[in-house]
Amino acid sequence: MITEWLSPVIGWMSPDWQYFVVHVLLTLVIMMPIVVAVAYLTLAERKVIGYMHVRIGPNRVGPRGLFQPFADVFKLMFKEVITPTVANKFIFYLAPILILVAALVAWAVIPFDDGWVLADINAGLLYVLAIGAAGVYGVILAGWASNSKYALLGGMRSAAHKVAYELAMGFALVGVLMASGSLNLSEIVRGQEGSILHWYWLPLLPMFVVYFVSGVAETNRAPFDISEGESEIVAGFHVEYSGMAFALFMLAEYASMILISALAAVMFLGGWLSPFQGTFLEPVFAFVPGIVWFLLKISFLLFVFIWFRATFPRFRYDQIMRLGWKVFIPVTILWIAVEGVFHYYQVGPWF
Amino acid sequence: MSLYQILFYVFASVAVIAAIRVVTVRNPVHAALFLVLTFFSTALVWVLMEAEFLGIVLLLVYVGAVMVLFLFVVMMLDVNIAPLREGFIKNLPVGVFVALVMIVELALILGPASFGLDIYPAPEAAPAGTGNTLAIGQVLYTKFVYPFEIAAFILLVAIVAAIALAHRRRPGVHYQDIDAQVRVRAEDRVRIAELDADKTRRGDLSGETSAQQDKETS
Repeated sequence: MITEWLSPVIGWMSPDWQYFVVHVLLTLVIMMPIVVAVAYLTLAERKVIGYMHVRIGPNRVGPRGLFQPFADVFKLMFKEVITPTVANKFIFYLAPILILVAALVAWAVIPFDDGWVLADINAGLLYVLAIGAAGVYGVILAGWASNSKYALLGGMRSAAHKVAYELAMGFALVGVLMASGSLNLSEIVRGQEGSILHWYWLPLLPMFVVYFVSGVAETNRAPFDISEGESEIVAGFHVEYSGMAFALFMLAEYASMILISALAAVMFLGGWLSPFQGTFLEPVFAFVPGIVWFLLKISFLLFVFIWFRATFPRFRYDQIMRLGWKVFIPVTILWIAVEGVFHYYQVGPWF
Repeated sequence: MSLYQILFYVFASVAVIAAIRVVTVRNPVHAALFLVLTFFSTALVWVLMEAEFLGIVLLLVYVGAVMVLFLFVVMMLDVNIAPLREGFIKNLPVGVFVALVMIVELALILGPASFGLDIYPAPEAAPAGTGNTLAIGQVLYTKFVYPFEIAAFILLVAIVAAIALAHRRRPGVHYQDIDAQVRVRAEDRVRIAELDADKTRRGDLSGETSAQQDKETS
């Protein structure tokens, strides 16, 4: 459809190249809003935490502080990027790029609405897992290439806990796969059609909790932010980065927060489906496009991320490892077995 | 040249160049990263060949797990690469000979005489919208379920054995019992003692205040 619409401009190309150009444009259409969302997520975080602390938060730049993200971005852009003298320069600059790429490429398979997906591939869930697994490299390499003991310790800690929580996340995804019978994210959403009770959060409640908490751990957010625990190792793996290099780390952290929220919304909260489906309110809200519901669900989960940060004190390192290995993984494995029983007896509308 | 062919040549040449760099580069961390790049390009070539399940699993297992452990080891054990390169020239003739023999053997087996397009015609492209994940799963859990389960069992035994070999409790080392730590409540640790008021303290207090007053006036 978009190819036809653009045909006056790109019609002279071969079909292969038209496909290429259209997909590059579509990638930009997804990417730009994410970058803007990241900018305003930082503002939302500071505002929400501010109100939770009974203070106002940033309110100087623009009306009610609305231009604060731009001020932050310009400040970071004009700051000098300092390279430590004995750092491994190539890897030092490769690491933030790797982290950012891992946080952004997974968006290719996220369905924003029925049919609104860049790559509607059948192995979508596996793709998400593989990309998540590749995201560890940026952190390890940033820690190593900085040639600083704090950065190395931060990188090591972070890699260890990311590997631990990735397993729990993987098992939670296996639970979703068992309920939906498909690895395609659009099919997973369609499998939840019906009502708010048909969404997978209800039959997979332990998986939902494990997935979301592991997601908080994966993104190095409080209360799992030991990789940058200020009181112990200054700022962890990105202690040597400044200016835009540091900004890339921040961009990647917030982009992966949004990604985790989007994935949780797709897999457990019915993606683009209206929460009023199956009730008398369904025709009333029929005019609302699916993407609005999807964005509302993402926003709610992002609010929970921020809420966690304002509420919980940081975990101790050994407790984090214990929670990942000895609590979450057994819980998910047990629930996979329970799901097997559900599946056999065709429990509820879900299986 | 179609987009497909360009992508194939880019991924394939990146894979080959990265594989060569794995053995020629000096820094062991760089070598590990080139190996990651090799795996990644190979996975992309596999995806181009409609083997998307294998490609993604290659990423998941080798890039996501195995190479992370490699990197950990290489980074933590500051490996000195120079002694490993000693005797390179001395062993070069043997190495070249072995490599040549292997290449010739492979060429004899894999050459166009036995795998040419006239013997194995190029497979039809699968219709859009099909994937091989479902197909692999169905075969794996029906026809090949016993080999699959046996392989899983052997892996489990290997995991248990590796942990049993590496894990030992030495005497005199302090371990934290985190369950006990988490279960502890304030009442277990803090005792609010009820003490009778001590009359002798009053004299001390007044003495102290008078001493302070003395200090201030002086």
